[in-house]
Amino acid sequence: MIAQTTSRVDVTPAAADIIRTVSAEHGPLMFHQSGGCCDGSSPMCFAKGEFRIGQSDILLGQIEGCDFWMSSDQFEYWQHTHLTIDVTPGRGASFSLEIPLGVRFLIRSRLFEPEESEHLAPVHVGPLEDM
Amino acid sequence: MQTAEAPSKTMPRPMFKTQYENYIGGKWVPPVGGEYFNNESPVDGSLIARMPRSKAADVDMAVEAAQKAFETWGKTSATERSKVLLQIADVIEQNLEFLARVETVENGKALRETMAADMPLVVDHFRYFAGVIRAEEGSATELNADTLSLIIKEPVGVVGQIIPWNFPLLMATWKLAPALAAGCCVVIKPAEQTPTSLAILFELLEGIVPAGVVNIIQGFGPEAGKPLAQHKGINKVAFTGETTTGRLIMQYASENLIPVTMELGGKSPNIFMKSIADHDDEFFDKCVEGAVMFALNQGEICTCPSRLLVHEDIYDKFMERVIQRTEAIKLGHPLDPETMMGAQASNDQYEKILSYIDIGKQEGAEVLTGGGPANSVEGGFYIQPTIFKGHNKMRIFQEEIFGPVLSVTTFKDADEAVAIANDTLYGLGAGFWSRDAHELYTIPRQIQAGRVWVNCYHDYPAHAPFGGYKKSGFGRENHLMMLNHYRQVKNLLISYSKNKLGFF
Repeated sequence: MIAQTTSRVDVTPAAADIIRTVSAEHGPLMFHQSGGCCDGSSPMCFAKGEFRIGQSDILLGQIEGCDFWMSSDQFEYWQHTHLTIDVTPGRGASFSLEIPLGVRFLIRSRLFEPEESEHLAPVHVGPLEDM
Repeated sequence: MQTAEAPSKTMPRPMFKTQYENYIGGKWVPPVGGEYFNNESPVDGSLIARMPRSKAADVDMAVEAAQKAFETWGKTSATERSKVLLQIADVIEQNLEFLARVETVENGKALRETMAADMPLVVDHFRYFAGVIRAEEGSATELNADTLSLIIKEPVGVVGQIIPWNFPLLMATWKLAPALAAGCCVVIKPAEQTPTSLAILFELLEGIVPAGVVNIIQGFGPEAGKPLAQHKGINKVAFTGETTTGRLIMQYASENLIPVTMELGGKSPNIFMKSIADHDDEFFDKCVEGAVMFALNQGEICTCPSRLLVHEDIYDKFMERVIQRTEAIKLGHPLDPETMMGAQASNDQYEKILSYIDIGKQEGAEVLTGGGPANSVEGGFYIQPTIFKGHNKMRIFQEEIFGPVLSVTTFKDADEAVAIANDTLYGLGAGFWSRDAHELYTIPRQIQAGRVWVNCYHDYPAHAPFGGYKKSGFGRENHLMMLNHYRQVKNLLISYSKNKLGFF
């Protein structure tokens, strides 16, 4: 790749710390962005391979070595925004692995700048070969 | 918006035990691992109680207890099950104010709502299912002169239920009442943000529900919810929550080849046609309230009417009143009976809602009112009711914020209103408001949602089926049709002929 690409997802140092902590207990991890009620609109963190990725999912990139996925129809409405995975004290209600630590991952978003939009990293649709 | 400085008539906080246990086989059982977690109130951050941090071993015990109880409960008569449901309703009614205060302290919602909505609906829901099973009949069809087909409904067995935190007792009831009415036994996991009220309810129900028929497992989703959803001993899973966990639960259910029902939220449109503003009368006033319904339960409702679609010709007149009414919402201590809007259920919810308010501003949506945190009670999680003006492609129009945040846009005619309404991943609720008798039927039929409120909103009576289209899930709660999600059909095909077929 020649031109420098803009990543779609990033992670705050605090969230990266938590990812490392969770990973030390559960091994390699993956993220899937949820939608809908309750803890919807929050990123979910699972052991890698726990959540079955299908053709309806899009890989946005990696954070702290973990794949970050979202359903393609949700991506339609999110693709113009850059996502930063942060963490906050709290207690989510889902199967996300950080919950027992008393913290919850959350998304902070910003709009891509026009020049960034021209160099966005390509996304991958559907399961990866190693899955 | 007024912020109460010193709540004058704050109702007393209920007395909680310092620690609660799991409820398994009719007994209060400590978690196998001996670990507990602190349940804190979103009202002021204070400690409510220590709750069991259950793991797979606890779930195993609960499923086993449910399986054992099912041997008897699955065979009880409708009369007997109905009686139990009616007794549950009576106990809740007798303790209505107490349970409402428990719910308010645990969830953060205003006492006004738990007293007038949550708890009365819980009572009625148990009575509804107690009633319908007494009136139900199977069927017998004579297929020909010698052959009779009998259709008999049998309970599926042991059911796993995973409950959300936004209406802890009501959502538990939506799942418990039909399951018990159908003859199923239950292992139920309340949300970890709101685990205590269900334990308290079952303390009150001591001696009413037979041992093992309802088992309560407390704990965190990945540690207790997941082993429940995966358990080989359960015959069905019912879940209310969000899409990713919904998919994961379906994935686990597919491994066990068991049915699931799901309610997964929405981004509900609330459509106001031009004719509503023809007169400034009681109905127009009702319409204004209908638009402000986004603030009910602090917006933490799957059907929150979070997208307001207003005809462009009446926008100024209508929105002036909607903003005025929104700014009159009284924030304050949730236990003050005058408080209209309480606390968000947890800090992570609070942070998430603020992050959405931030992206709304970044995307260029105009803040018409609110737009930030509120300071109702020190240590709690409060947000101002917020109205944005923008367009339907913005993220604040497309994602369930689950907070008191309304996104408003205009339309020029009915076709555009329907197109905007349906331009969403979800299809749970919708509102439609008009004085035109013709469009009151024809337009709601075009909206892709399981529940369309016409000239009303946020009404959840038993006997009106509730559930989603599209990514909002499947299954219909609140109605006798839910019974069939907890049962299977046994067909007895009986021959009264004495003659052989003649094949062999």
